[in-house]
Amino acid sequence: MSLTPEELQRYSRHTLLPEVGVAGQERLKQARVLLVGTGGLGSPLALYLAAAGVGTLGLVDYDTVDASNLQRQVIHGTSDIGRKKLDSAADAIAEINPNVTVVRHEVALNSANALDIVRDYGVVADGTDNFPTRYLVNDACVLLGKPNAYGSIFRFEGQASVFAHQDGPCYRCLYPEPPPPGLVPSCAEGGVLGILPGVVGLIQATEVVKLILGIGETLKGRLLLYDALNMRFRELKLRRNPECPVCGDNPTVTKLVDYHQFCGMPTEIAPSEVRAKLSRGDDFMLIDVREPHEHQARNIPQALLIPLGTLPKRVSELDRSRQIVILCKSGMRSATACNLLRERGFPDVLNMRGGMDSWT
Amino acid sequence: MPHILIPAPLRQYAGGQSSVEAPGATVAEVLAALTSLHPDLRKHLFSDQGGLRSFVNIYVGDEDIRYLEKEQTAVGASETLTIVPSIAGGAR
Repeated sequence: MSLTPEELQRYSRHTLLPEVGVAGQERLKQARVLLVGTGGLGSPLALYLAAAGVGTLGLVDYDTVDASNLQRQVIHGTSDIGRKKLDSAADAIAEINPNVTVVRHEVALNSANALDIVRDYGVVADGTDNFPTRYLVNDACVLLGKPNAYGSIFRFEGQASVFAHQDGPCYRCLYPEPPPPGLVPSCAEGGVLGILPGVVGLIQATEVVKLILGIGETLKGRLLLYDALNMRFRELKLRRNPECPVCGDNPTVTKLVDYHQFCGMPTEIAPSEVRAKLSRGDDFMLIDVREPHEHQARNIPQALLIPLGTLPKRVSELDRSRQIVILCKSGMRSATACNLLRERGFPDVLNMRGGMDSWT
Repeated sequence: MPHILIPAPLRQYAGGQSSVEAPGATVAEVLAALTSLHPDLRKHLFSDQGGLRSFVNIYVGDEDIRYLEKEQTAVGASETLTIVPSIAGGAR
C-alpha cells in the first residue's frame, strides 16, 4: 500500500527515521489496531496513533461523553458532552488525519462478540476500566494470537506491558484471578490524576507502533510501573506461567467464558435483550431497585419497584423459580442487588447493563 | 531493614505511607511484620485460608517470588519488596 504525495509530506519526520522510512510508514498505513475503550487511555492512544498514520483504528465503546470525563479524556471536548464517544472520537481523528479509517464498534465487548471483533485486527490496545473486560480482552488475544499493548491506571500510578506476544506472558500469567468485587476500588470510586492516562496511554501507543514496525524492544516480559507522584518508573520481570490456564502448556481455557461470573460479578444482559424479552412476553421478573423519585421521573412500566435498601425485607415477594432481571440508574446498585439475591439462593439473576441510562 | 513499597490502592491501609520498613529475613517474615504494624492490610494481602491472594504479586527486587522460593524467598536487609496488586482503571 503505497503512500500518496500528501502522505509523504505529512509523515516526512517519520520517513526520515532510518528505523521507519517509507516502508515502515506503509506498514503503519496497512496496520489495523483495535482500541478497547475511548476513555482515559483510549484518548491519547487514538489521537497519536491517528497522527502517526495507523491506517485503520477500530474503536470499541458504547458510552456517551460526560462532563466528568473531560479532565482526562482529551479526545472529547466540552461541546461533545452527551454525544456518543465513538462519534466524538471519530470526528477528532478525522480532523487530525483524514487518511485514517475508523471502524466503530458500538458494543460492550463480551464473550459472544469479542473473537469476531478482535480477529480483524493485528494489534490490540486494552484501555478498559473493569476486570471482566481485562480478562476477556486477554483471553481473546491469546486465543487469536494478537499482541495486547496493556495499560492500567489508579490514582497516581500506572502499569503497562505487552501481553500475548510471541512466546511472552499474558495477563493471566501476571494475575491468574481477579480480586473479589469491592476489594479494589475503581477510578470512579478512587479518583485518578487526569494527566496519568496520558502518560500510560502513550506508553501503550509507543508499544503499538513498535509492534507494527517490528523495531526496538517491547515491554514483552516486563511490567512497567509508573508512579506520577514521585516521578519514578520501575520495571519488574514477567514470565510466562507454564501452568497459565489460557497460554500455559496445558491450557484449560480454550474458548471465551462468562467473565462477569469469573470476576464474581452478576451476569449481564443488554437493555436491548430486556426489551426483546418484554415484547416476546418471556416469563421473568423485572425489578427496579432505584428510589421512588427516580422511578417516578422515568421507568419501565413492567418493572416492579423495590428500592435497594428495602430489598432484604422484600425478598419473600420474589419467586426463586423465575428468572430475575434487575436494573437501576447505571448498573451499580443493580449489581449489588444481584449479588444479594444470589447469596440468598436465587439461581438465575441478571444485571441490566448500563441501567436506565442505557435504556432508549 | 527491608523496604516495602506500598501501591496506591493499599496505602489507605498502611497509614497513607507509600513505603514502610519492616524486619524479616524472608518474604513471609517481612509480610508478617508489615501486617502486624498495619493489621488492616492483612485481608488485602492474604485470603481467609492464609495464603497470598492471587491478585496480589510480591516482588523482591525485580523478581516475582512465584518464580523464586515463594513466601520463603530470602530478603536481604537492603532489598526492596514491592507489592503489585491488579488495577483495572482506564476508560471511565
